[in-house]
Amino acid sequence: MAVSRREFLKLGGSVGMALALAGALEQESVQAEATTSDQFGVLIDISRCIGCRTCELACKQANHLPPDSQPAGQAKLGARTFTYVDKRQITQDDGKPITRFVKRQCMHCIDPACASVCPVGALQKSDIGAVIYHDDRCIGCRYCMTACPFDVPRYEWESSAPLIRKCQFCFGRLEQGQPTACSAACPSGAIKFGKRSELLAEAAARIKENPEKYVDYIYGKDEVGGTSVLYLSNVPFEELGFRMDLPKEPLPQRTHAVMSKLPSLVLGLAVVLGAGTVLSGRTTNGNGQVDEESLQGGWRK
Amino acid sequence: MIVSRAKLTPTVLIGGGVLALLWAGGALSILLRLILGLGATTNLNDATPWGLWIGFDVMSGVALAAGGFVIAGSVYLFRREKYRPVLRPAILTAFLGYLLVIFGLVLDIGQPWRIWHPIVMWNPRSVLLEVAWCVMLYTTVLALEFSPVVLERFKLHKLLKVVHVITPVLVIAGVILSTLHQSSLGSLFLIMPEKINPLWYTPLLPVFFFISAVGVGLGMVIVESSLSCRAFHRGLEMTILSDLGWAAVWVLAGYIVLRFADITLRGALVNAFRPTFTAFLFWLEIGVGAILPMLLLARRSVRFSASGLFRSALLIIFGVVMYRLNMAIFNFWAYTGHYYVPSLMEVLVTLTLVTGGVVAFGVIARFFPVFEYSE
Repeated sequence: MAVSRREFLKLGGSVGMALALAGALEQESVQAEATTSDQFGVLIDISRCIGCRTCELACKQANHLPPDSQPAGQAKLGARTFTYVDKRQITQDDGKPITRFVKRQCMHCIDPACASVCPVGALQKSDIGAVIYHDDRCIGCRYCMTACPFDVPRYEWESSAPLIRKCQFCFGRLEQGQPTACSAACPSGAIKFGKRSELLAEAAARIKENPEKYVDYIYGKDEVGGTSVLYLSNVPFEELGFRMDLPKEPLPQRTHAVMSKLPSLVLGLAVVLGAGTVLSGRTTNGNGQVDEESLQGGWRK
Repeated sequence: MIVSRAKLTPTVLIGGGVLALLWAGGALSILLRLILGLGATTNLNDATPWGLWIGFDVMSGVALAAGGFVIAGSVYLFRREKYRPVLRPAILTAFLGYLLVIFGLVLDIGQPWRIWHPIVMWNPRSVLLEVAWCVMLYTTVLALEFSPVVLERFKLHKLLKVVHVITPVLVIAGVILSTLHQSSLGSLFLIMPEKINPLWYTPLLPVFFFISAVGVGLGMVIVESSLSCRAFHRGLEMTILSDLGWAAVWVLAGYIVLRFADITLRGALVNAFRPTFTAFLFWLEIGVGAILPMLLLARRSVRFSASGLFRSALLIIFGVVMYRLNMAIFNFWAYTGHYYVPSLMEVLVTLTLVTGGVVAFGVIARFFPVFEYSE
C-alpha cells in the first residue's frame, strides 16, 4: 500500500481519511496496468484434455491436500479441492452425444473482484499473476465468495477457526521458476504454462491454424477485464457451462465509480451542513432552554 | 425518569417465560457457534456464504438504526426543534441498534477474535473497509450523543457542558458517517452484477439504500414511540409522529418514483410482471412495504390515528427489511439454485438480539432520563 498507516493517523478526521483513501486508490490502479504483460498464466485447451485427472492429483500433492474420492462428473471445488476436471456430456448438431472435460480452478483475474472487496487485504494479485491469500489477515467475512464472478473461493465451514481456500497458482513454485503443478503434470498438453501475453498469441495461432476445429474465442482474454487462466475449446463455451454474459471491464471499476465520489461527498456535506448549522443560528436561550417559539418548527410547516 | 410498577399478570408471566427460554436457546446457540464453528450451527455453505445474520442482523439492523441520524439531523442541523422530544429515544434506539449490529457481525465472521483487523489492516479499495470504519466511528458518535442522558442522571454538569459544546460537530459527523455507510451497504453489491436480478441491480444501489434508510428511520421512530408510550403509560407525541408520517410519505414517494424510473429506463420492468417468485418478492418489498404505507400515510385520518400510524410504520419497516433480505439472501436463491433457509440456531440468535435490544431499551428508559429533554 502506497500510504503508510502513520501518515493516515497524522491526517486524522474523516475528511482526511476519505481523501487519503482516494489517493491510494489511484496509485493502485496505475500499478496494476504496468505489470499485466509480464504476468504468468495458463492456457487450457479443452480439445486436448483426455479427462485423466492427473492435474487434480498433482494439485493435491503440491498443496498437501488429502486425496478425496469424488467420482468423475461429480467433483467440485471445495476447501480441500482447488481444481477438478468437470465432465460434460453435450449433444452435437448431428445428434451424437460427446464428452468434454473442463478443468476448473481459480481464474486468477487481472483485476480480481475478491482482492478489491477484501476489507483487510487478505487477497492480493501478485506481480507474477497469482491471486494470493494471506490467511493471517482474513477475518472470515466471506465477501470474496459472494463477489467472485466465477464462484471460486471456498470456506472451511467445519472448522472453528476457518480460512478461505482456493488455488494459489502454485506461487511458491512460480517464484522458483517452476510451472504450476497441474500444468507440469498434464500428459496430453492440455495445460500450457507461460507468460500470459505469449499464451494469448499461442491461442490465437492455434485458432488460425485450425479454424474449423476451434471455436473462435479465447475465454479469459476479456472476461471481467481478463484472467490469467485462458481457455480454448472445440465446442461452444456456453455448452460447457461457461458464463458468456460477464462484463468485459474489471468488476472493481463499478465499485470505484462510487468510492471515488466519496471524498467530494464528505467534503460537500461537511461544508453545507457546517455552514447551515452556523448560519441558522441558535434556538436556545441563555439558560440552555429551548425557545417556546422554535418548538413549533417541524418538517410540516 | 419513569417509575412504574409492572404487575405480574398471566400475560407478563408467560411472556417472561417465553423470553427466558428464547434467551437460553440463544445463549446456547452463540456458545455452540463459537465452539463448533459456522458449519455445524448455521445453514451457510459454499453456495450461500451470507445468510440471516448478514441479511437481517447486519444489513437490516443498520437501516433500522437510521432514526438516530434522521432525527438528530432534523433537530440540530435543520432546526426542527419540534422533534426534540423524540430525539433521545431515537438516539438510544440507534445506539443499541449499532451495538447489536456489531455483536451480530462478530458472531457471523469466521474468526470473531480478528474483528479488530480492519482497524490496522487496510485495503482502501474495499467498500466493506469503509463500512467497517463508518460503523466504528458512528457507534462512538452515538455513544457521545447519548452521553448527556447518563451525565444528567449522575449530575456530572462539567462533562455535560463539554458534550453540549461539541454536540453540533457530533451531529454533523453522525450525518456524514451515516450517509456514507448506509449508502455503501448498497454499494457492496455493485461488484456482483451477474448475481443480482436487474430489478435490483443498478448503479444507483447506494442512493436507494440511503433513501430507504431515511424512510425506515422515520418508521422506526414512530414504532418505538408508539411502543414506549404503551409500556411507560406516557402520552403519545401525536403531532410529532403524524408529522414524521407526513415526512415519510414524501420520502417514500420520491423513493418509489426513482426506483421505478430506474427500473424502467434499464428495461427491467418486464421482470416485475413475470409469474416468478422473484417478481413476488419484488412486489412484497415495493408494493406492500413502500407503496401501501405511502398511500396509507397520505391520508390525514391514518396520520392522526395511533394505530394507523403504527401499522403504516410497521409496513415501512417490513419493506426495508425485505429490500435488504432480497439483496443479501433471495437474489442468491435465484442465482445459485440453492434455497438457503436459516437454521434454528441462526433464528434463535437473531431473535435473542432483537428482543435483547427491546429489553435493554426498556431498562435504560426506566433508569435514565430518556424521555426528558433539554439541550
